[in-house]
Amino acid sequence: MEARDAMGAFGTGAAGMPPRSLEAPSPRYGEKAIQGLLALCAAVSVATTTAIVVSLLVPTLSFFGEVPIFDFLFGTDWAPTFTPASFGALPVVVGTLSTTLWGMLVAVPVGLLSAIYLSEYASPRVRRVVKPVIEVLAGIPTVAIGIFALIFLSPTVERVLPFFVKVPPFSAGVAGLAIGLMIVPIIASISDDAMRAVPGGLREAAYGLGATRMKVATRVVFPAAISGIVASIVLAGSRAVGETMVVLLAAGASPNLTFDPGVSVQTMTAFIGTTATGDIATGTTTYDTIFAVGSLLFVMTLAMNMVAIRLVRRYREVYD
Amino acid sequence: MAPYDCPRSERARLATAGARATTVGSLNRQPGGDVLKGNVFLALLLLALAVSLLGLTAIIVQAAVNGAPAFSLGLFTDPPSSLAERAGFRPALIGTLYLIGGVILLIVPLGVGAAIYLEEYADGTRWWNRLVELNIQNLAGVPSIIYGILGLAFIVRGPLDLGFIVAAGSLTLGLLVLPTVILAAREAIRAVPPSIREGSLALGATRWQTIRRQVLPASVPGIATGVILAISRAIGETAPLLLVGATTFVTFNPSFFGDDGYSALPVLIFNYATRPQDEFRVLASAGVIVMLIVLLAMNAFAVWLRNRYEQQW
Amino acid sequence: MRSSRWIAVVASASLLTVGVAACGSDDDDSGSGGGGDLSGTIRIDGSSTVAPLSEPVAELFMEENPDVRVTVGTSGTGGGFEKFCNGETDISDASRPIETDEEQACRQNGIETSQLTVANDALSVVVNPENPVTCMTVDQLVQVWGPNSEVDSWSQIDGLQPAYDAELTLFGPGTDSGTFDYFTEAINGEEGVQRSNYNNVGEDDNQTVTGVSGAPGGMGYFGFSFLQENEGKIKALEIDGGDGCVAPSAATVQNGTYVPLGRGLFIYPSAEALQRPEAQEFLQFYLDNVNDVAEQAGFISLTDAQMSKAQSQLDALLGEGGGEETTG
Repeated sequence: MEARDAMGAFGTGAAGMPPRSLEAPSPRYGEKAIQGLLALCAAVSVATTTAIVVSLLVPTLSFFGEVPIFDFLFGTDWAPTFTPASFGALPVVVGTLSTTLWGMLVAVPVGLLSAIYLSEYASPRVRRVVKPVIEVLAGIPTVAIGIFALIFLSPTVERVLPFFVKVPPFSAGVAGLAIGLMIVPIIASISDDAMRAVPGGLREAAYGLGATRMKVATRVVFPAAISGIVASIVLAGSRAVGETMVVLLAAGASPNLTFDPGVSVQTMTAFIGTTATGDIATGTTTYDTIFAVGSLLFVMTLAMNMVAIRLVRRYREVYD
Repeated sequence: MAPYDCPRSERARLATAGARATTVGSLNRQPGGDVLKGNVFLALLLLALAVSLLGLTAIIVQAAVNGAPAFSLGLFTDPPSSLAERAGFRPALIGTLYLIGGVILLIVPLGVGAAIYLEEYADGTRWWNRLVELNIQNLAGVPSIIYGILGLAFIVRGPLDLGFIVAAGSLTLGLLVLPTVILAAREAIRAVPPSIREGSLALGATRWQTIRRQVLPASVPGIATGVILAISRAIGETAPLLLVGATTFVTFNPSFFGDDGYSALPVLIFNYATRPQDEFRVLASAGVIVMLIVLLAMNAFAVWLRNRYEQQW
Repeated sequence: MRSSRWIAVVASASLLTVGVAACGSDDDDSGSGGGGDLSGTIRIDGSSTVAPLSEPVAELFMEENPDVRVTVGTSGTGGGFEKFCNGETDISDASRPIETDEEQACRQNGIETSQLTVANDALSVVVNPENPVTCMTVDQLVQVWGPNSEVDSWSQIDGLQPAYDAELTLFGPGTDSGTFDYFTEAINGEEGVQRSNYNNVGEDDNQTVTGVSGAPGGMGYFGFSFLQENEGKIKALEIDGGDGCVAPSAATVQNGTYVPLGRGLFIYPSAEALQRPEAQEFLQFYLDNVNDVAEQAGFISLTDAQMSKAQSQLDALLGEGGGEETTG
């Protein structure tokens, strides 16, 4: 009975009902309006990116009107707030690279090995406890990590390796160590997800042919998940490059052009943080330096993120 | 042996090559050596795990140990002071509360709206939709201090010219965490099975009615989790706030649009940490404890939320 | 059903939060006991060197006048003047006198002000206690700190007695610091001119103490408060500004013999702000209490002559009818 009535409603003409049009009864302007509104919400992201680019670009262009771009990118004397000012940015770029390098040296082995354990060795119970703990630890505010580096890590390193830190308490190595700890969860979590996404069949085939667990983890699963793993490393690197508070508290403000971990360095982010909150008159070339360095930082992290996004897309596609 | 060319993807090919090499290798070797190597490897893995867990826990423990002497209820009720014994975090706590309130007001409609559009309405092959997606993914990775520059140039000064007020800080932080909310909301909406939508549409509901009455209610827990994660991030962000003005010495509770100045918890902690007197360093650690307590509570709430309302389709 | 319950939970939670916050602020504003019935806002911004004076004064004032809000910002001396001459602040803290172009900007915007000296400071040059040198001339300091200086050992400094052989390790504040501005102007002749290869401790002069005390050939400079707090860890050099070696101390700064590194710390109130009763009270309160606060903060208090000069300048700014009686 109900079925017949239903069919009648759809216009098959049963039971003597007039055929109903399948067209919508009204153009539903409200629907279009809502769709437009929602599209606007999504467009905010494009507006944000545009705003970031504009806010960086305009003063940067004015900056390069005063300072030749070659001097900026390849000069080695960084003294923009001194008189006479000098704008060779290589020391702050190297400062960023140095802290990132030392951070990655710590984070990559620790993160990857933790991920292998979580994905291949850990029982479901252990996983259920450890994985959320790591993710919570990823949420520790960076100012807390910076204070940790300044108050605990730096004196401890000095005590254990007395001549490591040339000019206590600031050093690229200690800041790098703290940054490394901070980004371990990124590498561990995403690599773990990537390795878990490898189909069980591949593992079982290898086990079935007599491989040990270690062999399966390192020779089967790891290579299979490699694009996700590399993506996690690149994302972590991008995060390390963009980190501000840890370096503000622990790396110092001396723009030394060196990769020596015992020496204080100034990173691009620390420079922006210190100078923008400081005493420079707006509109001067020195002030515009903030934006020039910001543009450089933006371009670097953008490039790294695009690489990571490509890689993530690749590893997601194959298994979805 | 004929090449077994069934696996077409690069990945699967790598993996099967590895499996083949593994098997050949292990069939030609003594089993004893493998056991030792396996154990050494396992030890290495556990060591790495211990380092990551311990290292990160040490941060919390050190803050607790260092900050314990200064930790008291006074931290929550006293304003900052030049005297460490009397200094507290109250205006900064209120400032953070207001900031987060503003952030929520901004990211919930914008984030959920954008997520709905991208999941339900957008045609993934059109170039502008792909541009939006690309933008969101990029923005998620932009350093927070760049958002500070954006805030300084556009919100505090520039077109919006709001001045150094709480609303400006909220806007800046909101833009910073918006990609997080959008990503989480998209996951939540995507998790709703198509059959729900199709059933609703089949019964004559419009697209928006379907979304409003079926999809959204089902994805609220996931969205709420995303919002809470975004807020957790916003609470701890210091760098952008440094640039948009949360640095004044304020002893009174700030207001949302008041231009008398405001402060925020992480910024005040940073300020105390860089003061010369040792007592202020202790105070900074105590502030870290306060902040960690707030964050822990929020994360626990998010986990409880996720577990309680998670729907198995 | 479920979603409306959600909305209820979230809404009540946020209402509760806002309610607590509002209640908190109510407790603050509704007069706590005695104190004046003054109300209003006073905005101070400027040097982070002077902030340790302005902040305690503001605190003490707000205790007696709970309805007045005093905020103290630290945008730096230059940043403070920029806001001040724009009319955005009422008082500018400064660790150096106002410059001519800043004065012009103020005049253009109709801001009338006067320089009130509120404390003295002795910029001290410090070395490691092992260092046998006790006195340096300004020329020798220029040799070390000048913009093109390549000196990296104590033995390279001309005419230094007694001879010392250690490696020179320099520590100093960042370029935003008023201390940096003053030192470079006084020693190198122009603000901002200094060699850039030194250990930059940023805002935290405590690191200069740590650094100099840890390096036999260390040298650094900072304000008097750090010298007082760290006696024993570091040694202050006597400075020969042309009339013989003078050690930094309250006496030598007050009698003007510690040159060129003795300096004054200033506040610049705007005449317009002073038309408000709460600002008048505040400025008078400032002068009345600044000597006590200065001692606690490690600065050098004003001499009687300086105090009466400041008082008369304040009175002049207040104009005929607004002058308050000096108390105490």
